[in-house]
Amino acid sequence: MKLGILINEGPYQHQASDTALQYVKAAIEKGHEIYRVFFYNDGVNNATRFASPPQDDRNISKEWSALAKTHDIDLVVCVAAAQRRGILDKGEAERNGKDSDNIEEGFRISGLGQLVEAGIQADRLITFGD
Amino acid sequence: MSEEGIVKKFMYVNRKCPYGTIYALESLEVVLITAAFDQDVSLAFTDDGVYQLMKDQKTDGIGMKNFSSTYAALGDYEIKKIFIDKESLDERGLSISDLQELVWEDEDEDYAEKSSINLVSRAELSKIMSQQDVVMSF
Repeated sequence: MKLGILINEGPYQHQASDTALQYVKAAIEKGHEIYRVFFYNDGVNNATRFASPPQDDRNISKEWSALAKTHDIDLVVCVAAAQRRGILDKGEAERNGKDSDNIEEGFRISGLGQLVEAGIQADRLITFGD
Repeated sequence: MSEEGIVKKFMYVNRKCPYGTIYALESLEVVLITAAFDQDVSLAFTDDGVYQLMKDQKTDGIGMKNFSSTYAALGDYEIKKIFIDKESLDERGLSISDLQELVWEDEDEDYAEKSSINLVSRAELSKIMSQQDVVMSF
């Protein structure tokens, strides 16, 4: 089955992103296709490469990045939600006059149309987060 | 901007107060984009979400942008299926007259204005939800 994933909560405060990670891994193991993972609301905070959790804790952004690399998964961050919350790629940082970008490798910033497209193209759209 | 002619039934379920969290505002942003993709869009307002449509919202005191006028534009985006959970209104001491009137223009009837609002019971709303292809809840 072709699955679209929507993540609406940031890392750590809620378990949503962890659960989504486990879900995506399990779905791939079962032979399902991940059409796209879309990050919206505070979910965009999963895309920062500046997160520096303690050594003995998981690094959620890095886990997404690694998973995306291994399985060629499209990780998309909503541009409007990301700009509000200070998640920027190089282009957005330059456009907004910021001194740095902070997006983790494997994530890309794009519009909400990518979420709608996932809803249209995937067999199921599954939401994680409140 | 249709996606290879595929039209799916998208429902957006709005459950939160308009202010206090960003869910209502960011839900509205997805709704408008979905309409631009020529999809079959409907909106449900339930729980505290019914407050999103309250008339005469004033946000000066909380320093937030008042975006409530955007709902009135939904008809222009061909979004004409708005479902209000009647029990949620009742539980909050509200009636339909406390909410904005939302309309769409029927071009087949000389652009007559028709109401977009459907007052439904939870049981009816549940049935409508089960008929959707994509449900997003904010």
